[in-house]
Amino acid sequence: MEATLRQTWAFMFRGYHITRRYIGWVIVFNFYALVTSATVALIGVAQGNYQLTLTLIVGALLWNYLSRLYEEISMSIAYERWEGTLEYTFMAPISRAVHLLGVSLFSLLNSIVSSVIVLVGLLLFTNLHLHGANLFGVLVVLAVSTVAFVGLGLFAAVFPVMSAERGAEATHIFQGSLLLVSGVYYSIETLPRWLQPLSVFSPATYTLSACRKLFGVGNPDSTAEHLAGAPLSAVSHELLVLALMGAILLPLGLLVFMRVEAWAKRKGKLKRTG
Amino acid sequence: MQQPAIEVRNLRKSFRKRAGFRKKSELLAVNDVSFHVMPGETYGLLGPNGSGKSSLIRILSTLLIADSGYVRLLDFTLPEQAEEVRRIIGRVSVDAAFYKKLSARENLLYTALLYGQKAREAEKRVMRILDQLGMEDAKFSTPLEEMSRGMQQKISIARALMINPPLLLLDEPTTGLDPRSRRDVQSFLEDLQSREGTTILLTTHDMAEAERLCARIGFLAHGKLVAEGTAAELIQRSGASTLDDAFIKLTGEELVEEDDVSTDYADCSV
Repeated sequence: MEATLRQTWAFMFRGYHITRRYIGWVIVFNFYALVTSATVALIGVAQGNYQLTLTLIVGALLWNYLSRLYEEISMSIAYERWEGTLEYTFMAPISRAVHLLGVSLFSLLNSIVSSVIVLVGLLLFTNLHLHGANLFGVLVVLAVSTVAFVGLGLFAAVFPVMSAERGAEATHIFQGSLLLVSGVYYSIETLPRWLQPLSVFSPATYTLSACRKLFGVGNPDSTAEHLAGAPLSAVSHELLVLALMGAILLPLGLLVFMRVEAWAKRKGKLKRTG
Repeated sequence: MQQPAIEVRNLRKSFRKRAGFRKKSELLAVNDVSFHVMPGETYGLLGPNGSGKSSLIRILSTLLIADSGYVRLLDFTLPEQAEEVRRIIGRVSVDAAFYKKLSARENLLYTALLYGQKAREAEKRVMRILDQLGMEDAKFSTPLEEMSRGMQQKISIARALMINPPLLLLDEPTTGLDPRSRRDVQSFLEDLQSREGTTILLTTHDMAEAERLCARIGFLAHGKLVAEGTAAELIQRSGASTLDDAFIKLTGEELVEEDDVSTDYADCSV
């Protein structure tokens, strides 16, 4: 047990020191995330439409969190290929579950820090007030959807295992598709009718829908001074779907990863470079 | 009778490569190879590029699964007991694979944690190994990217030994090192072998290194083990005057210091 904790900690230790050494790039990425989110939110401000502003802010904030979490996990193998350390990580006597748990925990921490930076920035760029929003409910929804997104990240992490050259590209195509169909900045109904059914399969759809209700988006009682956030019971359907998705995606993602790892070892794909 | 520490029997590994649209060709990287290494022995595998050395080491390192054959390391067979095998092997590859921005200390502590070791104890052990390899303490906090190739390779050896493995797999550990670093590493391996009795499987292009370090040597060509014995036996059997000449006579090839072609094939396999 003690050894397993140390192995999990290894990925936090590594992530912390890599972040420290690449601090310049970390600042650039967070600045870019902040500016992108603020630019989107200012579209609502320019329209003088508080509900639209709030819709965009919630979308930008949640997408920043979920996409960062997904990206950090799904790209973890690609990063190891670029650094040249992939073979040594896969040679270590560590179970794949503990390995991916360690990677996911650091990714989670990273996503939380990035989201806090974006939130603070958005508060500065807009006249956003959070009075009346059900922030506790938002945290509960985020916690539940985190499990589903970790599972999605594990699924996508197999692409860089399968192909050194095309894997990283595939994870971004998948990420872009989630952005398109999940109603991040617009309602699902805005999508072409033939594309709308796909939104059902994205955990982000339910996360955004629940969080918007909890913030009071779309509630006519919400004003710039006071938001009319819904109680947690109002999003029980979304919570149930997210919990179900997490319960399926997380173990399935791990299983798929392990299968693909075995395939990569037969085909000679676990190379240090690519 | 004592059981070998490493036993490989009838091992085969092939890679498929695209050869135009819909066409695929196959390369037999390891072709029916059998050998064994006794406990405490240093066994050398010599072969030109593309002879299958790296594929063999990667199979023993659990990074590649063979098509067929039997592999046993101490009491564990591959691929069934890969997790147990990972606990008993240390590996040094031709390029020191590290997080280049991190310091030697950070890289090694990360490895110690990855192996479930206590960081403080691992650090003490690493300092002792680096001291034996002739490395100054001050370099311990320097990012790896600022170190010479020789120093990086010494850190790589320290990493492999940090877990105190009974089996050491060395894939061309001195390739590209300057003469002094090469000599430091070779002396250290000799010392390690006599002091700890570590079993070492070494691949190299360097005949002098093989003669100096290895009790027995196997010649690999086109994935096949074409000859095996002590350096003196191989020279005598071929009727040559040096190990270099013996290699050319027995394999019909010359050694060239390049990467193993089989890994390029792995890149193309589908």
